[in-house]
Amino acid sequence: MALDLNHIRSLFPVLHQEVYGKPLIYLDNAATTQKPQAVLDALSNYYSKDNSNIHRGAHALADRATAYFEETREAIKIFIGAKESAEIIFTKGTTESINLVAATFGRKFINEGDEIIISTLEHHSNIVPWQMLCEEKGAILKVIPISDSGEIIFEEFEKLLSSKTKMVSVVHASNALGTINPVKEIIQAAHKVGAKVLLDGAQSTSHLDIDVKELDCDFLAFSAHKLYGPTGLGILYGKREILEAMPPFQGGGEMIKEVTFEKTTYNEIPFKFEAGTPNIGDVIAFKAALDFIDSIGKKNIKAHEDELIAYAQEKLSAIKGFIPVGTVKDRVSVISFGIKDMHPFDVGMMLDSKGIAVRTGHHCTQPLMKRLGLEGTVRASFSVYNSKKEIDALAEGVEKIARIKNK
Amino acid sequence: MNSIQDIQEEIISEFEILGDDKESTIYYIMELGGNLPEFPEESKIEENIIKGCQSKVWLTASEEDGRVQFQADSNTDITKGLISLLIRVLGNQTPEAILNSDLNFLQKIGMGNIIGSQRSNGLVSMIQQMKRYALAFQAKQNA
Ligand SMILES: Cc1ncc(COP(=O)(O)O)c(C=O)c1O
Repeated sequence: MALDLNHIRSLFPVLHQEVYGKPLIYLDNAATTQKPQAVLDALSNYYSKDNSNIHRGAHALADRATAYFEETREAIKIFIGAKESAEIIFTKGTTESINLVAATFGRKFINEGDEIIISTLEHHSNIVPWQMLCEEKGAILKVIPISDSGEIIFEEFEKLLSSKTKMVSVVHASNALGTINPVKEIIQAAHKVGAKVLLDGAQSTSHLDIDVKELDCDFLAFSAHKLYGPTGLGILYGKREILEAMPPFQGGGEMIKEVTFEKTTYNEIPFKFEAGTPNIGDVIAFKAALDFIDSIGKKNIKAHEDELIAYAQEKLSAIKGFIPVGTVKDRVSVISFGIKDMHPFDVGMMLDSKGIAVRTGHHCTQPLMKRLGLEGTVRASFSVYNSKKEIDALAEGVEKIARIKNK
Repeated sequence: MNSIQDIQEEIISEFEILGDDKESTIYYIMELGGNLPEFPEESKIEENIIKGCQSKVWLTASEEDGRVQFQADSNTDITKGLISLLIRVLGNQTPEAILNSDLNFLQKIGMGNIIGSQRSNGLVSMIQQMKRYALAFQAKQNA
């Protein structure tokens, strides 16, 4: 089914503007997506009608806000196919979700000599928390190598697995190259040696249909702002029995059952991991983002984005001097590239001057760039509201820029 | 010998011709980078790198007949263009003139809007480093 792009675009106010006198072409969706009007309205409605603290106040507004807040948790449960909403924990973002697991699961279950496996494709937020944990505990970080096309080498991963492996934390879809990892196989192999698996779903949740029960992952981390939702809100999914076994993350209000100066008992999950007043407004508004996705359908979004990616690859590949980075077929809607004899910064800045927003640099994946022998790339990433016409403009822009050095 | 202020006026009028068009301004800055004299590979060492720049900039300076000569390079063409503008203004001037200079042309041509805040910070680091060189040569002259 072809999407009604005019209608979809009309829902996103930010798209309808000019930059430097040219129509904005927003192709930096892997960094953050734009927000539909419904999300903006939900935020404004919450603060103008329902604002109050949740789970504690005995009054009408608090009841209302609590109900909406928990409705979002329920919607996320359905969105990722979790068994129960208690397995959904609100955080600040993917980064905090991963840090939470590293800090709490790590504190209890990772010991000296244990091994944690990540991949070469990881975002810094799925590297550094584990490095910090390894340093603290004397554990060892192992890294799955990749091929030149940007795919993890599965046989090498299998070789790294052993009874020492306690955690495998890998990106579901790479933000720098778009590669979709074979996570189902990864999870099965890791479980065979008794390791837990965390998926960094920052990029995958917006493009792929995800069912955590079917995948059987132990944790899934993602960010609302890459899913048409507000910034400053993340989600951590975890299996109940593991979350229950983990110690709390931060101490404070909301996460306790009873506090005395001698001893504190902790609240049930998910509240055990949600100390303090949460990000109520953004949680409530995120429901509107999920409703937006539902109204179009994940499959339709993916089909549209696949079409855009194929079209962009065809158009860009024809340009003299164009160097694709990451050439895997199975990917989310991210296209990373370089231009012969040109620095990505220059290409990005020139595209910007044409009103085309892309990202340039290392995309918070410095070890990956090093592996590929690059300082960085230019990255265009597409979303549900992007059009072929915008890709034509991108290709035309890149062509003109490439010609400076590639006559 | 043109004064720092004269050269700044020249640049301001050149950018006036470009007008408000961001695209042609960026292309122009890139082109300027192409005019930088060849920078010796052996000088591309850590201690000549300017800290605080997102892209890499190497800067060295020497003194000839009481005037400071700058040599620079960058891995990005736009940054090369920016540093070429700075060298055009501050190069071949006395240490005193460099130290007393007020680079108002940057504001007059709206450089902050052209290159954005991150690169503007980089530009400030370049100017600071050029002034540091001037200060060192001045100290040597007075010694
Ligand atoms: C693959 C991946 N992991 C983690 C993150 C971090 O997400 P956040 O900054 O929202 O915490 C990002 C965001 O850029 C990402 O793309």
